Amino acid sequence: MLKELAIILMTSVLVNNYVLSRFLGICPFLGVSKKLDQATGMGVAVIFVMLMATATTYPVYYFILVPNGLEYLQTIVFILVIAALVQFIEIVLKKYIPGLHKALGVYLPLITTNCAVLGVTINNITDGYGFVQSLVSSLGCGLGFLLAMVIFSGVRSKLDGPETPKAFRGLPSTLIAASIVSLAFIGFAGIIDNLFA
Amino acid sequence: MDGIVIAVIVVSVVGLVCGVVLALASHFMDVPVDERFSKARECLPGANCGACGFTGCDGYAKALADGETTSSNLCVPGGDVVAKNLSKALGLTFEDVEEKVAYVHCNGNCDRSKDRAHYDGIGDCRSANLIYGGPEGCIYGCLGFGDCAQACPEQAICMDDGIARIDVRKCIGCGICVRTCPKHIISLLNVTSKTVVQCSSKEKGALTRKACINGCIGCKKCELNCPEKAIKVVDNLATIDYSLCNGCGKCIELCPIGCLKPGHLEMSHGAQQAL
Repeated sequence: MLKELAIILMTSVLVNNYVLSRFLGICPFLGVSKKLDQATGMGVAVIFVMLMATATTYPVYYFILVPNGLEYLQTIVFILVIAALVQFIEIVLKKYIPGLHKALGVYLPLITTNCAVLGVTINNITDGYGFVQSLVSSLGCGLGFLLAMVIFSGVRSKLDGPETPKAFRGLPSTLIAASIVSLAFIGFAGIIDNLFA
Repeated sequence: MDGIVIAVIVVSVVGLVCGVVLALASHFMDVPVDERFSKARECLPGANCGACGFTGCDGYAKALADGETTSSNLCVPGGDVVAKNLSKALGLTFEDVEEKVAYVHCNGNCDRSKDRAHYDGIGDCRSANLIYGGPEGCIYGCLGFGDCAQACPEQAICMDDGIARIDVRKCIGCGICVRTCPKHIISLLNVTSKTVVQCSSKEKGALTRKACINGCIGCKKCELNCPEKAIKVVDNLATIDYSLCNGCGKCIELCPIGCLKPGHLEMSHGAQQAL
């Protein structure tokens, strides 16, 4: 059981990294990765929201949609639930944990219906995970997102020096760098099963 | 038929539940926003330039709301209009804003000043300044890589003939360029300043002259002839006491180098707003 969870965790952090292997959540990946502290803040906020979203959408799917035979509505219902959830979390944080709200507050609305968050909840259902497995998988995906953000903010701080040709400055060089980082992560494919064998 | 009815009902109910929960949450867990803060914040221009000395407009608004400061005249870019609105909104006494404009104290353009070395490194002033004060013949002069132009939020600075020129009509007086310039040759002047010194060199006359024929040689002609005694030559450089200068222009006529110039700052953004 524990081994299975460890495999799920490591798989979602490294092999199926949401940003670098599945290409979800590219918008914050490119938008907020300019500085390390912002990238970390965004990553932590995404982990938090992914966990909360999974914890909410899992019961919604299995206790509301499945009994009524409405599995095909999962996308629209999940968007609705996640958007409301993030707003709710923001209100609660603002009231009871102002410190955390100050740290995550800027990033929360950005993730309201981020495709990575939606992707995690839907993929957990598609992969047939149980509740605990879903949570572990979400944690892994969030950690993977954080890892990608932190690595890429490091890469980005070296970009856009004076040596970069003018035509490549800004987004072009960023996208090329992102593709190379993504290639590096494809190298993880296939190692996880053997890691815990 | 049944399927679609159930689908509509389920989605509506889920949406309704979410909506009700959010409405209840925002009602019961509402954090009252300080009214004075939002009032103050509405008055401020939102440029987040930091000229007031706080971290952006939010910081200034918060300081006003919390009573950390009661001066309504700290927003230089906003000028008198903002100060008036602020004092009205918060019930503070109105204080006149001293409109300011940034000025580059250097006139060592490409054919006037000689380079003492060829510089081929990273193309910004900060980097160039790290290597023996940069390639310029005059170590006090503008390096001309345009760090200030890049930092300026209003695009008021352009690099012309190797030195920074500030468009007074666009300058809002936030002072970001003053803090950016590694040579510290930009300063904020009151818009009422009539005369300006276009040099920062504290070198002795002969050495200044060798490096740049537009530099102040410290001859003291201006100091001796100023009817108001407003100019003093300190460290081989003419400096003007603006509380005394009445802009008679005598020094401008007499300066053999031509590094004293009329300010023409009355065209500035801040001065226009004050009218």
